[in-house]
Amino acid sequence: MKAVEETGRSVEDALEQALAKLGVGVDDVEVEVLEEGSRGFMGILGGRPARVRVVKKENTLDRAQAFLNDVVAVMGIDVKIEGTRTADGVEIDIEGQNVGGLIGRRGQALDAWQYLTNLVANKGVKEPCRVMLDVAGYRARRRVALENLAKRTAQRVKERRRSITLDPMPAAERRIIHLTLQDDPEVETVSEGREPFRRVTVINTKRDSASQPRPRFRQ
Amino acid sequence: MRELLEVIAKALVNNPDAVSVNEVAGEDSVLLELKVAPEDMGKVIGKQGRIARAIRTVVRSAWAKDGRRVMIEIMEQS
Repeated sequence: MKAVEETGRSVEDALEQALAKLGVGVDDVEVEVLEEGSRGFMGILGGRPARVRVVKKENTLDRAQAFLNDVVAVMGIDVKIEGTRTADGVEIDIEGQNVGGLIGRRGQALDAWQYLTNLVANKGVKEPCRVMLDVAGYRARRRVALENLAKRTAQRVKERRRSITLDPMPAAERRIIHLTLQDDPEVETVSEGREPFRRVTVINTKRDSASQPRPRFRQ
Repeated sequence: MRELLEVIAKALVNNPDAVSVNEVAGEDSVLLELKVAPEDMGKVIGKQGRIARAIRTVVRSAWAKDGRRVMIEIMEQS
């Protein structure tokens, strides 16, 4: 944890200098006033400078990065971990060689790492801050693949005039399917089943074949 | 493998000093015995075992190339 002591003509003055030195905002620090300071008589006699001690608070991003650094160190993989703050949390990107073990089959390990990192980084914090984790651009690539899958499936649903149920997916991936097709008036999407086997069904709304399924065999 | 589980467990619990991992290596499986302070059991298991499941997922995935089956058992540190 970084800490600095600064002096100034007033407490505000000293604090401002300390913040500039640490390169952070006032919300990222804890301030301890060591000396109030006084102007002295007519600003000349007996004036004492104000002194503050400013400690940089360890934030969610720091803790998440420290945890992931420990993890990749024991896994013996050489990666670069980069974190950025976003409007609704923090985003951490891991880039490097041999990172497949961090992603796992269908990104299951990546989701688990994200979950664990959230727990570790927000341990004992009153207002948890959401940590989004990505490895080698996996989520971005997966998003494109899912959007394409959604559009292709919608096309087939319209052509065949019947519903299509996709493979089971985690919630975040199902969400991408729903969002991709939400503005398409000719199809509707619903999630069915229980986790972890919940799957999206794309329904043709033009002839409402979902509520009245066609008999499988003609009698 | 032992170290990875230890790093994860220590980061999750309130008493990291009470965390220990014992590795029992077999022919085609590896058993990892994770011991944590009794009051930290919930921190590594979670509601409906959600945390324990995530830990198993990441440890197995990290050593997927090893080929051996990884089993993790969680118990109270005595």
